Amino acid sequence: MYGGQRFEWFQQANAKLSIVATPFYWLADIPSKISGWGKSTIRSREILIKDNDRLSAETTLLKAQVQKLASLEAENVRLRELLNSSAILDDSVLVAEIIGVSPDPLHHQIIINKGESDGLYVGQPVIDALGLMGQVIGVGPLQSRVLLITDTSHALPVQVNRNGLRSVAEGVGLYHQLILQHVAATTDIKVGDLLVSSGLGQRFPVGYPVATVTEVIVDPGQSFATVKASPSALLNRSRHVLLVFSHRREEVDNGAQSG
Amino acid sequence: MVLNQGNGHWVIATTLLAAILLSIVPMPLWAQWGRPAIVAMVLIYWVIALPEHVGIGVAWMVGLLQDIVAGTPLGQNALALAVLAYLALILYQRLRMFTPLQQAIVVFVLIGLNQLLCHWVQTLTGTISPNLLFLLPALISALLWPVLSAFLRLLRRNYYVN
Repeated sequence: MYGGQRFEWFQQANAKLSIVATPFYWLADIPSKISGWGKSTIRSREILIKDNDRLSAETTLLKAQVQKLASLEAENVRLRELLNSSAILDDSVLVAEIIGVSPDPLHHQIIINKGESDGLYVGQPVIDALGLMGQVIGVGPLQSRVLLITDTSHALPVQVNRNGLRSVAEGVGLYHQLILQHVAATTDIKVGDLLVSSGLGQRFPVGYPVATVTEVIVDPGQSFATVKASPSALLNRSRHVLLVFSHRREEVDNGAQSG
Repeated sequence: MVLNQGNGHWVIATTLLAAILLSIVPMPLWAQWGRPAIVAMVLIYWVIALPEHVGIGVAWMVGLLQDIVAGTPLGQNALALAVLAYLALILYQRLRMFTPLQQAIVVFVLIGLNQLLCHWVQTLTGTISPNLLFLLPALISALLWPVLSAFLRLLRRNYYVN
């Protein structure tokens, strides 16, 4: 038990052992696979047409936004070059499917169907369409375990998108809540502020949406304000997640090796 | 006789593996805390029914497998189930005489202990439950015990497990 925390080889062996667990998760996932198949196969024509219309409209909209984004990105790169910053914004992603969740409600962990053979690594950020979900904590041969940002043992550096204020968002074991630690009572933070990852922990890439502030309680008797936020990602509803391959990490690694 | 013996082992192994499978089936959010400790229940049944075949060793191995599958610290369920099997081995002669209701009460205590041990190990590794909800599975398991034991008895009789 303690070994699991103390020794790295033990953790690695544990991750390798997860290949034993793969058939269990495969079997346990069958009912939801069947319902998913039913949902996608048994559909009326009207719904399909409606969906098609909605999706093509959405695509046009997104394409328009991407056009703007491309020029913005180019501009950003130029500005960063001017600043001599080495941060690269371009991240590649890999789609994975959630095949299981931790049976223990105290542990906010999910199991995804990608592993070592797909190049996953421990500490890799995981996002969904709406925001940051968590990070990979165990890579097995065929499946990996992801710790969600709402787990009680998880904290990540964030900043307020509006004014760049930095803080740390901690999970409290509830799927709809994160808490910002040590925010001074006079800080400029408001309900509705978007929190994005600040990249300071060297683990998550910069700029992914993390949460929206839902409550700011300033108690005159306390030196810090209580700031609650709700995660942007659909932590308990997503079926597919994206694994981010951050190029920055390679750079950091190379730097560490050469230095 | 030899055939029956082999048959019996397969039935025991299959029920235990099925229990592990059931222990990771996703539950809706509202029911998350009440997931019955199905592996512990199946194990208690086999210890009471066949104490000469299923004992602490089997419990330990099943617990290790459950740890690997559920991703809990390696040894958590192994420890809890081994203790559970030990207690059931001490109690099995009495438990066989009990009515289903009396058995359910003992199962409530045993599984409560199982949950406490699991939670104790988790506390060592840094996950602390904010409340006593982690004891809820003991109640649910006790309520399910008459059904599960009747089902397993049926299996045992049908496949001549002895």
